Amino acid sequence: MNKYEHDAGLSLNLSRQLADLGSCGLFLPQILLRIRPSLKQLGNVMRQLYFVGTRSMIIILTSGFFIGLVIALQGYNTLVQFGASESLGAVVALSLFRELGPVLTALLFTGRAGTSIAAEIGLMKATEQLDALELMAIDPVERIVLPRFIAAVIAVPLLTAMFNLLAVTGAYLFAVEWVNLDPGLFWGRMISAVDLGPDYLSGVYKSVVFGIVIALVSVFQGYNAEPTGRGVAVATTQTVIVSSILILILDFILTALLI
Amino acid sequence: MRSRHTVELTAGLFMLLGLAALLFLAFEATDVGSYSAGKAYQIKARFTNIGDLKPRAPVAMAGVTIGDVKSITLDPVTYEAEVIMNIDAKYAELPTDTSAGIYTKGILGDKYIELEPGGSPDMLQDGDQLFITNSAVVLEKLVSKYLFNSEDDEEQE
Repeated sequence: MNKYEHDAGLSLNLSRQLADLGSCGLFLPQILLRIRPSLKQLGNVMRQLYFVGTRSMIIILTSGFFIGLVIALQGYNTLVQFGASESLGAVVALSLFRELGPVLTALLFTGRAGTSIAAEIGLMKATEQLDALELMAIDPVERIVLPRFIAAVIAVPLLTAMFNLLAVTGAYLFAVEWVNLDPGLFWGRMISAVDLGPDYLSGVYKSVVFGIVIALVSVFQGYNAEPTGRGVAVATTQTVIVSSILILILDFILTALLI
Repeated sequence: MRSRHTVELTAGLFMLLGLAALLFLAFEATDVGSYSAGKAYQIKARFTNIGDLKPRAPVAMAGVTIGDVKSITLDPVTYEAEVIMNIDAKYAELPTDTSAGIYTKGILGDKYIELEPGGSPDMLQDGDQLFITNSAVVLEKLVSKYLFNSEDDEEQE
């Protein structure tokens, strides 16, 4: 069977899905083995970091702010019925740091940057730029795939932290300016409720894992795309589908392990 | 098209902002460093029963939180619970005959330690132990004691 016969949706051919997942996993050591401590590689990574990191900031920060507002609004309306509205800071911070921050950032990042990585590499393949590089004795995995992979792995935890910060700011503004909670109480309850290890760092670990997953899936889908216009479209769609599903499955597994 | 320099600069700025957010949240939004080394000193107290006192529970004096519970261990010889508390260095002048008791916030709230100052002219030093302690009141024990006592009373009558 033609290996490019992908359907844009989730195909039910389980063995091929498994084979895809396997070769995706095998792609990881191939990328990692090409890491060299060279300045040139660092420059490539920084340039990619601009595209996947800096330019994802607007969507991440805006989403973070409004997510923070809406959790605070929902949380307040529930808590106030139990006379526990001063715990709002703790509720918001715990749900953000443990779950919502890492997961939502990962999903947003998939849509914003994962797709663009997959589409870019896929298009390079379709227009035979990768073959051209190989003809010039330049390793396309090292030159094209590796910087994008590293940049995405670095960007996701950092974006998660920014998301969390903006969300907490949003919740704080809601609590203090809108419903007139005591600012010290909001922040103090949050500090005493959030443990560094089990609450904050577990979220950071999650975001690192999600970063690796998104980066790997995006470059894999792009690099193995069918070299046609339709192939690039399929690779982009598959990136979103596979990344999102893996993120949510891994989120459950990681939570069970870290809790 | 932006120049290479600007691109790398903004990427670096992005990393800096991200790391700043990461560290800011780690230090300002979690309990780390609230009563950490340097800003706090430790005192010990032994209790025969701590109820469900947990590490990080507040330590208060006159209702004001002045520290937290650092660790709780069981002394293998005396079978007493040894509780180590962090006390904010601001409150360095606690008399050596200060007593500690474990109480409950509200009726069903969490356990906390309340310190009662004594009258000794000497002050507690880092690592000192409190000798006067009141253990936690375990509700089940109290209820069973009350029930069995009243049964005994009836039998005597």
